[in-house]
Amino acid sequence: MAARPIAPRPLSPHLTIWKWQVHAIVSILHRITGNALALGAVLLFLWWLVAAASGPEAYQTFTGVASGGFGKLIAFGISWLFFQHLCSGIRHLVMDTGQGFGLGISRGTALATLVVSISLTILLWVTIFFYKGL
Amino acid sequence: MGAGTELGRVRGLGAAKDGVHHWWLQRVTAIGNVVLLLWFVFSLVRLPSLDYSSVLLWLRQPVAAVPMLLLIVSVFWHFRLGVQVMIEDYVHGSTRVIAMLALNFYVLAGAAVALFAVMKIALGAA
Repeated sequence: MAARPIAPRPLSPHLTIWKWQVHAIVSILHRITGNALALGAVLLFLWWLVAAASGPEAYQTFTGVASGGFGKLIAFGISWLFFQHLCSGIRHLVMDTGQGFGLGISRGTALATLVVSISLTILLWVTIFFYKGL
Repeated sequence: MGAGTELGRVRGLGAAKDGVHHWWLQRVTAIGNVVLLLWFVFSLVRLPSLDYSSVLLWLRQPVAAVPMLLLIVSVFWHFRLGVQVMIEDYVHGSTRVIAMLALNFYVLAGAAVALFAVMKIALGAA
């Protein structure tokens, strides 16, 4: 059988063409925040635990970095990653039960995850600031 | 349930031979993470300080050490499943096998180190 020339198939327009909407942003943020926590924040968590288990000097090295300006920026970032992944994760758990798929409600809950995660991040750091003094 | 043979539907395991096991465990560990990580954040904020002696005094208590051990298992298990999904979506061919092996080594080694560190503190060896 002679090989038929393969005509270029029409491709469905993919990510490059659709308008970004809040549902899509929250969906991809769930993946980005989850993987950033797994491959980034987990390493810092390990450093903290191992430093605490190793002794005062090792712990001093950790707090020296963590309490600096860059360390605080990273901690602030991780706290938002966590709250965003938490909120969109809870949204996913609810949607797993078949609820919240309507156009209006799914848009509203997607937006809510952003509002709540940013609010919780600010609340956390305001609490730390007032009770501990940064 | 979709198409498939009668026997396949009875067994309910699908092509990957483990059915919804991966999906289900990701939800179970997600709920574990919600409880344990909120406890973790609350606990850290409520500590008088995050210096060496405060953290050690805290982690030496069984009421802190036991949830920490559970947290490590739940979190590492959860992200092991989640990162696998990302690898399956974006990494193909033999690179995928390498990525999955690297993920498994990272998860097991990391969890072992974390569990050991908590137990060392909790059992008074640090």
